Amino acid sequence: MSGHFQALPGGGAAVPLDEVEISILRSLAVQLLELIGPGDVPAKGEDPLAELFREGPSEPPSDPALARLFPDAYGDGDDELRAASAEFRRYTENDLRTRKREDALAVVRSLDALDAAGEGGAVLQLTPDEARRWLGALNDLRLTIGTRLEVKDDDESEALYRLPDSDPRKPMVMAYLWLGALQETLVETLM
Amino acid sequence: MSVAPVEIERTEAAEEGFAVTEPDVPWVTIVHNDPVNLMSYVTYVFQAYFGYSKDKAHKLMLDVHHKGRAVVSSGTREEMERDVQAMHGYGLWATLSQDRG
Repeated sequence: MSGHFQALPGGGAAVPLDEVEISILRSLAVQLLELIGPGDVPAKGEDPLAELFREGPSEPPSDPALARLFPDAYGDGDDELRAASAEFRRYTENDLRTRKREDALAVVRSLDALDAAGEGGAVLQLTPDEARRWLGALNDLRLTIGTRLEVKDDDESEALYRLPDSDPRKPMVMAYLWLGALQETLVETLM
Repeated sequence: MSVAPVEIERTEAAEEGFAVTEPDVPWVTIVHNDPVNLMSYVTYVFQAYFGYSKDKAHKLMLDVHHKGRAVVSSGTREEMERDVQAMHGYGLWATLSQDRG
């Protein structure tokens, strides 16, 4: 897991990936898709146009990772702020879920288009638009895993990065750090 | 940053001395520190979404990191809701509030 993104001439970015890395990234992206979920899809037979006017939820998600992906817009506070957050959520959360789902789907699609069967893996090449979607999905993945690992401030996180191999959290920490390196190098290609 | 039209400035000057009514108080978008988002990514978002210079985006990112939060934009409530929604889209932890300070 050492591949880093590099800028492509004319825009976009590329990273070498082997079969194992492709499989891990794909699996994480699919898990993210499952976490975000389809939202409330219109029931069979329902007017598809109703979808356009469908209101989103008014309560924050109970899952901590989802709550981090879809935070309250008006912060903590009194009833008035909570009501404002609820209304904001009704009108924005469905769009936000759609965007995050599309970003994760873009990751799955670009990985599926790769042929890494040969020796030395494959080189993933992203257009500028794909690169932005990857950036969003990598960030959502890190937010999700970071919430699961309960990554806190810098000092506490240091201990996470020195876990013994026997710790059950170790693989998730490794994935978290690897995704961080991928995201960091991808950001650099876009700056 | 644009300059307010002369007419609006005159109106404000004429109303000087009156208590500021709530609707005139600007709203702000606040980005909060979180332990996961990369500093480079936060800087990138401020440049990409707000069109801020690299220096300004970097300074705002450092404010978020060191002070725990920073005001990244101000305007009407509707504008700030748009900015907060965009920040959530990027995965930044953002809220809006009326700037009474």
